[in-house]
Amino acid sequence: MTSVRVTDLVKDYSIRTGLKRTRLRAVDHVNLELVPGRTVALVGESGSGKSTIAKILTHMETPTSGSVDVRLDDGTAVHKARYRREVQMVFQDPFASLNPFHSIEHHIARPLRIHKRTANAAETRQRVLEMLERVNLTPASNFAPRRPHELSGGQRQRVAIARALAPGAQVLIADEPVSMLDVSIRLGVLNLLGRLQREDSLAVLYITHDLATARHFSDEITVLYRGRVVERGPSDAVILDPHHEYTKLLALAAPDPERPGRVTSADPVDRAAIDNSRCYDHFAGEWVEAGVPSGDAVGTAGR
Amino acid sequence: MTTATGAALRPVLTVEDLTVVYESEEPVTAVKNADLTLHRGEILGLAGESGCGKTTLAYAVNRLHRPPARIASGRITFHDKSGEDIDILALEDKELRAFRWNKLSMVFQGAMNALNPVTTVRAQLRDTLLAHRPGMSRKDVRERSEDVLRRVGVDTRRLTSYPHELSGGMRQRVMIAMAMLLEPQIMIMDEPTTALDVVVQRDILREIVRLRDELDFAVVFITHDLPLLLEISDRIAVMLAGEIVELESAQRLYRGAAHPYTRRLLGSFPSLSGSRGAFIRTGVDETAPPLPRPYAGQRPPTTEERA
Amino acid sequence: MTNLEPQTAAAAQAAQAVDPHVDAAPSENPVPEGRPRAGWRSLVPTMTPWLAIGLILVVGISLFGLIGPYFVGDPRQIRDIGLTGPSGEFPLGTTQIGQDVLAQLAYATRGSLQIGIIVGLLATALSAVFGIYGAYKGKFLDESFSLLTNVFLVIPGLPLVIVISGFVPRESRGLWTIAVVLAITSWAGAARVLRAQTLSVRNRDFVAASQVSGERSWRVIVVEILPNLLPLLAAQFVFAVIAAILGEAGLAFIGLGASNSSTLGTMLFYAQNGFALALGAWWWFVPPGLIIALFGMGLSLVNFSIDELINPKLKNLRQHRKRARRAARLERELARSTRRAGGDTAKESVR
Ligand SMILES: Nc1ncnc2c1ncn2[C@@H]1O[C@H](COP(=O)(O)OP(=O)(O)OP(=O)(O)O)[C@@H](O)[C@H]1O
Ligand SMILES: Nc1ncnc2c1ncn2[C@@H]1O[C@H](COP(=O)(O)OP(=O)(O)OP(=O)(O)O)[C@@H](O)[C@H]1O
Ligand SMILES: [Mg+2]
Ligand SMILES: [Mg+2]
Repeated sequence: MTSVRVTDLVKDYSIRTGLKRTRLRAVDHVNLELVPGRTVALVGESGSGKSTIAKILTHMETPTSGSVDVRLDDGTAVHKARYRREVQMVFQDPFASLNPFHSIEHHIARPLRIHKRTANAAETRQRVLEMLERVNLTPASNFAPRRPHELSGGQRQRVAIARALAPGAQVLIADEPVSMLDVSIRLGVLNLLGRLQREDSLAVLYITHDLATARHFSDEITVLYRGRVVERGPSDAVILDPHHEYTKLLALAAPDPERPGRVTSADPVDRAAIDNSRCYDHFAGEWVEAGVPSGDAVGTAGR
Repeated sequence: MTTATGAALRPVLTVEDLTVVYESEEPVTAVKNADLTLHRGEILGLAGESGCGKTTLAYAVNRLHRPPARIASGRITFHDKSGEDIDILALEDKELRAFRWNKLSMVFQGAMNALNPVTTVRAQLRDTLLAHRPGMSRKDVRERSEDVLRRVGVDTRRLTSYPHELSGGMRQRVMIAMAMLLEPQIMIMDEPTTALDVVVQRDILREIVRLRDELDFAVVFITHDLPLLLEISDRIAVMLAGEIVELESAQRLYRGAAHPYTRRLLGSFPSLSGSRGAFIRTGVDETAPPLPRPYAGQRPPTTEERA
Repeated sequence: MTNLEPQTAAAAQAAQAVDPHVDAAPSENPVPEGRPRAGWRSLVPTMTPWLAIGLILVVGISLFGLIGPYFVGDPRQIRDIGLTGPSGEFPLGTTQIGQDVLAQLAYATRGSLQIGIIVGLLATALSAVFGIYGAYKGKFLDESFSLLTNVFLVIPGLPLVIVISGFVPRESRGLWTIAVVLAITSWAGAARVLRAQTLSVRNRDFVAASQVSGERSWRVIVVEILPNLLPLLAAQFVFAVIAAILGEAGLAFIGLGASNSSTLGTMLFYAQNGFALALGAWWWFVPPGLIIALFGMGLSLVNFSIDELINPKLKNLRQHRKRARRAARLERELARSTRRAGGDTAKESVR
């Protein structure tokens, strides 16, 4: 079993505007902890740094400062080679994350082979078919030889999920894994994740825009706004009793079929005015400062 | 069936008996005998399960389908503002190019795939503009590009960014901006907001609705998010395995859906504030017990505590 | 670390319940015939008349170069008084000093092909290393590789080749020397194109995804990135071969060719020195010139078809070309029956 602890994570990108370069702080002193058997949902504004955190966790980006500490149960740190086996990711855009050149089977079989999960080709193939069935791509033998462009968006997304689950990682970073799925399959996939997480003590970071599933399928919600954590706590508390303005805004904006035409009437909110310098921590039951270097945010949760 | 403007119904697109088949080993009939009329100033929602043929339908309307896809039957007619009727399936290549984007634009599902990875957002907006409005001055091009980006809430400083430097939601917003660029008469949006948070999503929808009132264009909005559709659309079409099984005004659909699939769909959304909804098809574990939530309301144990 | 283990048995049972043969005999239930398992098959271009002509030219000339020399006599042997026109004995006549032109042509074609292929391989390899590897690794390596590429790009090729080959003493100016010189001066353009393409592929999430799943660097390059570049590489190889054959012919023509091998260029050089043109001995200089021209044309035609592969939109089409034709036929029938001028739709799907 593996846990991940993210401390004071900062990521700066430099962006060009004409000849000038400006620095863009995508992630600003974020603390996060993933423990086995728990799902942490990460919600927040588009462009607030969620995918960046995911990429740092999977070593796709190097943080500007801060640390990502991955440890096994006995306290030993997980090193590079092992890391790839322990931490898997579902990418956000299934249209970009599958290689147009390879068959679906290749995508799922490779991780199995790399991590020596199967002994021979026949077993690998069987495993691939099993994985496809678990994500509801049936008949699996029909889908396995197809290439990504022959699949619909949601079907690709399910392939991406199957690929991430195939090698049996202990930490799963799922970047909007179900956004292109219809409710029924969405719930099926989330139930599958939930079951794996319970039975195999998987640590899951569930990045999503769907507050309802965040509430029902995760234990804890962390709300990100402009790179900073502005609210964190048990999922029910964050959704039902939001403290930060932005969280309130999110909860209010969730679609409600009982109130048609709301879109047209309401005025746009001035989001520039939202203050992201403080964070409400439901675990501690108090406001803490956000975006400052400290061991505090997680510290308060942990102490 | 009321349009938002309440004016008389003026159809802008009619799809009659459309069937699209993928001629692969085992031919897939992705769209079966679809009939659809889209009116000016209308927002038509299109919902349905994953893989039921929504994208295929949208592609066919745009004549973007490629082999092995084949339109096995049907006709698609566009009723131009000028009163002219255009048979989309009979357009020549050149006419087709002029027709697409100018009169009918599309936001593709999977923005990263639709954007060119090696050119900047600015260049892509410019190319689209200049391809259809050859005489446009550089200043106008710049102003128009900045204008559409502002409408979708992307900082205009990001004009010089490459697609991979944008977040998933920003890419989608750039795609929406592209679709707005030429002020077409129909916009087909294929899951345009999957990577957007609800607040930004609302801002964009508000912008679309505002534009719709202003420019009187029609929108086909494809999504899995039925609650969202119920809020924004005038009519909703529900697809199941290639067939349009229900086409109703949003309110009537919500109050009394005729088709059992629609009813199940409506009933299966986990509600934000209530308890969990019934799951219509839970895939692998139909009978799974609800998630035990040992820590609900407590803080998580830390690594040290566990050790 | 066995997430899925406890589930496997259950899942297998479930699979059995749903679809017996999926589970019972996965290996005996292979992919349906004709469905490409990997994308490799998609790399074979569609047969078009142009491609057919190109292939016939290329294969024909290659065969001539490959096995022709075994059927002709010694090209250096003096057979008659010289400069006799084509006849039954010497189908292409003889040179000024009485050597069989056909025999010379066979050996020269072989020599030119050798140069072309060696240079093609070398130049493609160089451009792949500098273009793909640099772009994949990024940062400093990429910067330095692309600087190097740009330097080579602005060096004027032919003059440099002339200088280098003029500099190398004639005795040591063998086939390989010429090949290396030609390769070094011709890889840069291709490397630039490959770099740009690699950069765009590298930023795709599927590359990141395979890295996250633990794929090694070289495998990511070879298995995930390279296939997406293969049509480009193939086109560049073909182009490099044409350029090399022409370049070598140019060099040989001005007397700077390889000393130990005869090529089409050296043939032209001797023809020129022997005043073939002035003496009206067309059989001496037309055949080598024609072979160069035809081979170049054949390769270009092949190249056009490869270009079609590079266009990802056409990829679909190729892969399903049979079905597409069937679809087109059906569509045409439909169009006819629905009285519309619907031939266009059929055209659309054929295109
Ligand atoms: N390679 C990069 N170069 C420059 N800026 C980048 C790069 N990658 C991300 N960014 C910027 O960092 C910010 C955070 O991006 P990120 O992808 O983490 O957002 P996100 O929270 O995942 O948003 P979304 O919900 O829209 O996917 C954005 O402003 C984005 O433009
Ligand atoms: N090129 C193709 N060859 C064969 N079958 C295809 C091809 N493209 C799509 N399909 C199949 O056609 C069906 C409809 O696909 P389509 O993309 O229209 O679905 P969709 O409704 O948009 O689904 P999603 O919501 O998941 O995007 C799917 O079952 C898909 O597998
Ligand atoms: Mg993201
Ligand atoms: Mg789709």
